Amino acid sequence: MTELSQSNTASRSLAAERARKVKAGLRRRHMTEKIFRGLGIAAIVAALGFVALLFTDVLSKGIPAFTQANLHLEVAYDPAIIKLTPAPVREVGQSDAGFEQANLKWRSSLVLLNWNKVLEVAMRKSAPADYDIDTRQLLTIPETNARHILRERYVEDPGLLGKTISIDLVASANVDNWVKGNIDRDLPDAQQQLGADARALTDFFAENGTLTKDFATGIFTNVDSRAAPASAGLAGAFMGSVYMMLVVIILAVPIGVASAIYLEEFAKKSRLTDIIEVNINNLAAVPSIVFGLLGAAVFINFFHLPISAPLVGGMVLTLMTLPTIIIATRAALQSVSPALRQAALGLGASRTQMVFHHVLPVTFPSILTATIIGVAQALGETAPLLLIGMNAFVASVPASPLDQATALPVQIFLWNGNENRNFFEARTSAAIMVLLGLMILLNAIAIFLRTRLERRA
Amino acid sequence: MKALSFASAAVIALAAFGTTAAIARDTIQIAGSSTVLPFASIVAEEFGASYPEFNTPVVGSGGTGGGLKQFCEGVGENTIDIADASRPIKDKERAACEENGVTDIREIQFGFDGIVFASEATGPDFSLTPVQIYKAIAAKVPVDGKLVDNPYTNWNQIDASLPDQTIALAIPGSNHGTREVFQERVVSAGAEEAGLPEGLSEEEKAAAETTLRQDVVVEISGDYTETLARLKSNPDTVGVFGLSFYDQNKDTLKVATIDGVVPSNDTVAAGEYPVSRPLYFYIKGQHIGTIPGIEEYVNFFLSDMMSGSGGTLEAAGLIPQPEDKTAQVLAAFEAAAN
Repeated sequence: MTELSQSNTASRSLAAERARKVKAGLRRRHMTEKIFRGLGIAAIVAALGFVALLFTDVLSKGIPAFTQANLHLEVAYDPAIIKLTPAPVREVGQSDAGFEQANLKWRSSLVLLNWNKVLEVAMRKSAPADYDIDTRQLLTIPETNARHILRERYVEDPGLLGKTISIDLVASANVDNWVKGNIDRDLPDAQQQLGADARALTDFFAENGTLTKDFATGIFTNVDSRAAPASAGLAGAFMGSVYMMLVVIILAVPIGVASAIYLEEFAKKSRLTDIIEVNINNLAAVPSIVFGLLGAAVFINFFHLPISAPLVGGMVLTLMTLPTIIIATRAALQSVSPALRQAALGLGASRTQMVFHHVLPVTFPSILTATIIGVAQALGETAPLLLIGMNAFVASVPASPLDQATALPVQIFLWNGNENRNFFEARTSAAIMVLLGLMILLNAIAIFLRTRLERRA
Repeated sequence: MKALSFASAAVIALAAFGTTAAIARDTIQIAGSSTVLPFASIVAEEFGASYPEFNTPVVGSGGTGGGLKQFCEGVGENTIDIADASRPIKDKERAACEENGVTDIREIQFGFDGIVFASEATGPDFSLTPVQIYKAIAAKVPVDGKLVDNPYTNWNQIDASLPDQTIALAIPGSNHGTREVFQERVVSAGAEEAGLPEGLSEEEKAAAETTLRQDVVVEISGDYTETLARLKSNPDTVGVFGLSFYDQNKDTLKVATIDGVVPSNDTVAAGEYPVSRPLYFYIKGQHIGTIPGIEEYVNFFLSDMMSGSGGTLEAAGLIPQPEDKTAQVLAAFEAAAN
């Protein structure tokens, strides 16, 4: 009895001791968990904070750029100012080339006419009667390409001579800055970009409705411009990016998927395939600027492909995207159940049939996702493009992947370097918004396709 | 399978497309000085708008040195046709050109640009002289006839008329032509005036003129917006800009006078403002006739409407050169063709 009670008390005290230890340990463990959770939440809050900061900065700067000051003018195509020979009419028996020649000559003669005078007359008509402003200052209000726009209208329809039509013109970048308050309105004359008369007239135009702030369609439809910064747009850069992405898809998907299938399904495991695998993984970690150097040395200097061309840009980005696609495809192939393979082989399918009829369709969603994510990455890549001449100023929409072009991220870089800071700070942010929008769209498509196709499979 | 064969067909088509088009480029390709870039881009755009038969030329950046390097890579479709430069081509570059077969190089001078020193608009006024700038940035300066480590930390220690502000300068990197003009017209001229000690060898003299203090001088290899950003982050900085850049940003910048002269189109054109330089572009003569529109581009660039006084480029900040200089340049260009 006594022994028993003794051992009982002993074991009880032992148990109490253990419970105390456990409790003490438990407190510590709870504490560590709490600390870890706290840190985790802090990390997420910090990350979200940075994203929020970035977005508010970009949005607050960029959104105003989507509206722009426009002038609505009544333009008279006055024959007294526009003195010219009539547009060539095709003569009987004239060859195509001959007519084209005559037409070009006529259009060249139009360039030499004083379109600024036409513009000036229209501007003065909207200004208060006898408003005293010299011509030079007056012409700082519309963007400098206004005269080309008036001329182009006329080339399209030579019947305009002697008529008055209303035309919407973009106001100059400095007027846009003034109207939006991007430049401090209280600065003295010497620090202002617009003359005092031009500023007063701009305010008058804004009041009488000649000048309004409208949605800036030009951002999407125009090409980049330095002569007329207010009309600078993303159309050229957008098409350049589209061509590059097409090249990337056409080259990277077949090459990447084919090499992944070969390595995973056909190649015997050997030292050589190990080396290849290690190198593919290494390739994925190579900084993108190295690919740019490689592209400049190989594609341009050795293969003599054109500089600044989306074809070369696309090829460089393909090198960058390939590892992403190969690695993702291999992972997808590895995750296919061996039962599927064995069943196909057991029913007498050849290896090729097994891969292309049974295994590949199952992995399709993952390959597609990898491709879209790879392309989205390539879309945002800037550094390698700078080395193959794609940071040039290109004032036309590329008609083929071989024409000189620039790309959306490069356009952001270029606009960020423009001298007219007041105007281009907003434009740059607007371009960032367009690029981010495209990225989000591509990623959303990837997620949508994946969930949809996975459900079907 | 079908998708694969379609894709490979597309690749082959694309490659074939590539080789044929590489033979016939019909757009003028330009690269070089970032000072010339805005002017060249404006002319390119206007050229495209005015000549319906030609494409709009493509203008790249990369600094004078970078542009001339590309220019001298050789003759052919995948090399550029025109290099923009904010200084004349060097003999070394000419030799590199010739080595690669670029033998017909034609120089076109089209106007002037001023180099200005500017600081934050809210800061104090600066009226500088080359010798003061030299004393601010050189690693070793002459004191009592001996070269000593630069002792100055604030501007007013150099000259009592200058503000009591920490010395900090943002100057263009060595890839910019502006840097050479800055070195020659400001630093070396300042060193001369400051009077380097007697008995220095040529090398020691050159080193005294070109070695800058790394702690107060920041070299900017990008464009002027980078210099501007530097001024924003450290408002004590005095930055080196092109006159045209300052013109576009005078709401945030305050310009310093040099030798008491305020930089402006008038003072540069009159030769009163000391730190100005002519601007150039170089034509690869061997490409004339192969790439359409080069001659027309040159004539258009030098026309009164573009680089003449009252022309489009003057409004963008170029300082026009005298008309007879333009006529002389054009005559030389045409003479080289024959």
